[in-house]
Amino acid sequence: MSLLLVSLSVLALSGLAAFALSRAPAVASRVGAWGAAAGCAIGIVPAVRGILGEAEAAVRLPWSIPVGAFSVGLDPLSAFFLLPTLFLGGLSAIYGVEYMKPYEGRKAIGASWLFFNALLASMALVLTAKNAVLFLLAWEAMALSSFFLVVFDHEKEKAREAGWTYMVATHLGTAFLIAFFLILGQRSGSLDFEALPAGAREAADLLFLLALVGFGTKAGFAPLHVWLPEAHPAAPSHVSAVMSGVMLKTGIYGLVRAIQLLGPPPPWWGVLLVAIGLTSGVFGVLFALAQHDLKRLLAYCSVENVGIIAMGLGVGLLGLSYGSPVVATLGFAGGLLHVLNHALFKGLLFLGAGSVLRGAKTLEMERLGGLLKRMPWTGGSFLAGAYAISGLPPMNGFVSEFAILLGALAGVVTLPAKAAVPLLAVVGGLALIGGLAAACFAKAFGISFLGEPRGEQASAAKETGLAMRIPMAALALACAAIGFLAPFAVRALRPMLEALAHAPAAVPAALDRLAIALGWAAGGAAAFAALCALLAWVRRRLLAGRPVGEGPTWDCGYAQPTARMQYTASSFAEPLTTLFSLLLGTHRREALPKGLFPAGVALSTETPDACRERIFRPIFEAVGSAFSRLRWLQHGRVQLYVVAIALTLFVLLAWKMGVS
Amino acid sequence: MNLLLGILLAPLLSSLILRTKALVAGRQGPPWLQPYFDIAKLLQKGAVYSRTATGLFVAGPIGALSATLLAAALIPLGGCQASVSFEGDLFLFAGLLAAARFLSILAALDVGLSFEGMGASREALYGALAEPALFLALAAGARGSGSLSLSGIFASPLDGIAAPALALLAGALLVVALAECARIPFDDPATHLELTMVHEVMVLDHGGPDLAFIEYASSLKFWILGTLLGGFAMPIRIGGSLANALLGLGAVAALGVAIGAVESTMARLKLQRVPQLLVGAGVLAAVALVLGMR
Repeated sequence: MSLLLVSLSVLALSGLAAFALSRAPAVASRVGAWGAAAGCAIGIVPAVRGILGEAEAAVRLPWSIPVGAFSVGLDPLSAFFLLPTLFLGGLSAIYGVEYMKPYEGRKAIGASWLFFNALLASMALVLTAKNAVLFLLAWEAMALSSFFLVVFDHEKEKAREAGWTYMVATHLGTAFLIAFFLILGQRSGSLDFEALPAGAREAADLLFLLALVGFGTKAGFAPLHVWLPEAHPAAPSHVSAVMSGVMLKTGIYGLVRAIQLLGPPPPWWGVLLVAIGLTSGVFGVLFALAQHDLKRLLAYCSVENVGIIAMGLGVGLLGLSYGSPVVATLGFAGGLLHVLNHALFKGLLFLGAGSVLRGAKTLEMERLGGLLKRMPWTGGSFLAGAYAISGLPPMNGFVSEFAILLGALAGVVTLPAKAAVPLLAVVGGLALIGGLAAACFAKAFGISFLGEPRGEQASAAKETGLAMRIPMAALALACAAIGFLAPFAVRALRPMLEALAHAPAAVPAALDRLAIALGWAAGGAAAFAALCALLAWVRRRLLAGRPVGEGPTWDCGYAQPTARMQYTASSFAEPLTTLFSLLLGTHRREALPKGLFPAGVALSTETPDACRERIFRPIFEAVGSAFSRLRWLQHGRVQLYVVAIALTLFVLLAWKMGVS
Repeated sequence: MNLLLGILLAPLLSSLILRTKALVAGRQGPPWLQPYFDIAKLLQKGAVYSRTATGLFVAGPIGALSATLLAAALIPLGGCQASVSFEGDLFLFAGLLAAARFLSILAALDVGLSFEGMGASREALYGALAEPALFLALAAGARGSGSLSLSGIFASPLDGIAAPALALLAGALLVVALAECARIPFDDPATHLELTMVHEVMVLDHGGPDLAFIEYASSLKFWILGTLLGGFAMPIRIGGSLANALLGLGAVAALGVAIGAVESTMARLKLQRVPQLLVGAGVLAAVALVLGMR
């Protein structure tokens, strides 16, 4: 436990040191990043021990805030979320040094490292806090530090707007959380997590909904995700990696913690989570398909993956409600393992996108192409991430989706029809989401990295330095490792799943079933690799000594192709975006060829967020116009303000006296 | 044994379809072993690669064939157990087919050609819509049989699933198989080049051993999905495993003849109609599930 506190202090101190060294940005950057990496490395030790259930008791330090307590602890659930946070956080920090170099001397580098390290420390504190006051304070620190990172490019109006949207969304979410903890705390008489379950009994349904909205806003459940596709692309790429890879997961952590605190779930909780997961999944991946900015695409894809996680949790809840330990264990195992997996591959993909931005100077996919030849390391790592996030064997994305699917199928087979129907929706929905995600990442990788460059900047692209390549390679290796070592990975989840289960004794048997199935799948993965190697060898032997030539792309005999004749990102996605055009509402601006000698033909498409446009914009506009009627109160005369304050106090006093 | 039969006989299935089509059209048709000759011929050739292509262009066919071979190992023939069977193998099976598709899409995009991009885009569309139908059909089989593995689902479908539901499932799988394997009415395998714009157009730039791998993998994939479909379409199981295997083979052969007949009498659908058919397959599977719910 003391190691965790050491890790937190190293993070905080190195952030402050970087800020103090603002005058020498190159040094500040190194101090901040290596401090973050060291802090994360130290913290990983207790996190791993916590996952295995060997953590020491919680630490409780004296603190003067009423009903608050500085108590932090690493139960398996906290530790499981902490591990990817620190792993990705450390790697992103190392990546960030070189990524931030072009800003040196032009921007406040020291401050950015202060906020980056504060973000990491506050996330670690959110995940380990065992008191609601501490939790909410850390939650707020996390929101604020990430806000300052989102508006790093504050000269750009887009970044300011994204920051504002993020600020409003996160605070609205926090309001629900304050209500959640206040109700729970008032009924149980304490704000320590240990004592909270006592207050949950009668109001559990209301509390669940509060937690769902509050934590769901942070996690990015549709339709509460609107801040996400704005804020994540606006931040520097190593920050996007942390925000998308792990900061969203604090929302998932909160939700799982709430589920644990609230006790036995009624069936509708599971059904609701499945429905939310399906909506987020399909919505997220469809909007991802329609984007042609690489980082925006990745941000929408996070909505999709959070949806998959929600589906896993929904399967787990349904298993709990209907008393099926197998369904519950497999659902939770799959959902929570996807938390880790998504942190790895989404972090990797955002870092890859950052390298593309540095190498090719743009993220607009219609201007990219042919980057695999020019940036082989970035391209290879991005390919690994794209393959993994599409949920294909043998990488890690397949493992977690497999667990969710197997849990859902076990429920479809054994549970009554009422439970089987939502589980069936999980099976069909995950299939659809998987297929669409594969299409989306075939597009993201295929258009950006394959073919010929579609612009001058892309053809002049250069590979990035070693410090940016190593973190990506490490994440790619981790993705592959989980894919091949899946049976061991799921067995390590046992302590956490036992803490979530109502019948912990049945968890090991259920996990064994999953591990055996995954053992076969991992065997299949090994066979796949071996078979590929064998076929590659056969091909090489066959071609040895035969004429192997090189030429232009054949193109049905047309020998003068230009790069602009290639299929583009928009055209690749067109059949699917047309199919779902009702939902997507893509704007097309086109100038069609006219007359005998047409000139000036143009076509551009843009897909703004449907929820933002159709739900939140009208609501916020209505609220804004309603409150504008109260403008006359804001007249700017201080004396009258003082009178108003005094009057209010007087009325409150009179009311209080009258009541008592 | 299943696996071996599949590996050996897969190209024969396309031969059967071609012969049926020839018979309907009053022609003699190619020799029975023509697909084998084609593959052998391609394996003996050299290759020409586009300057645009990267290593993925070569890795695509290799990975796709490996994944398809592994998927073949998971498939039961008739009532015969698959070579490998475990709980949830249906998801690995679907995942392997999806991996093969993903890799061939990337290999197609690798040469930077608009034709291949178009084929890849449509392949992605078909794949995304066919997958839910496949999953729902297999889930219906799982609920009926109470088993979580392909071999269990196909061991004796008549015991757990009513005959009308089985017919619906077979219908759903037929649509999936035709779409995944780029047959009429989804794609016309007889026309190369830009006329079809789906599967055949994706492999325009491949040649030599790479093309042999692709051709063989697609005939193996067709065999695999045909065997699955045969398992529902011909649900009768008799005692011995040899008899079961023969029945399974008979079902696949009947399927080949049926597809030949379909291809002789139908034209390719307009692209806009394809999603409707695939969603329809998903609905068929869902209806079969509802029939099975009690």
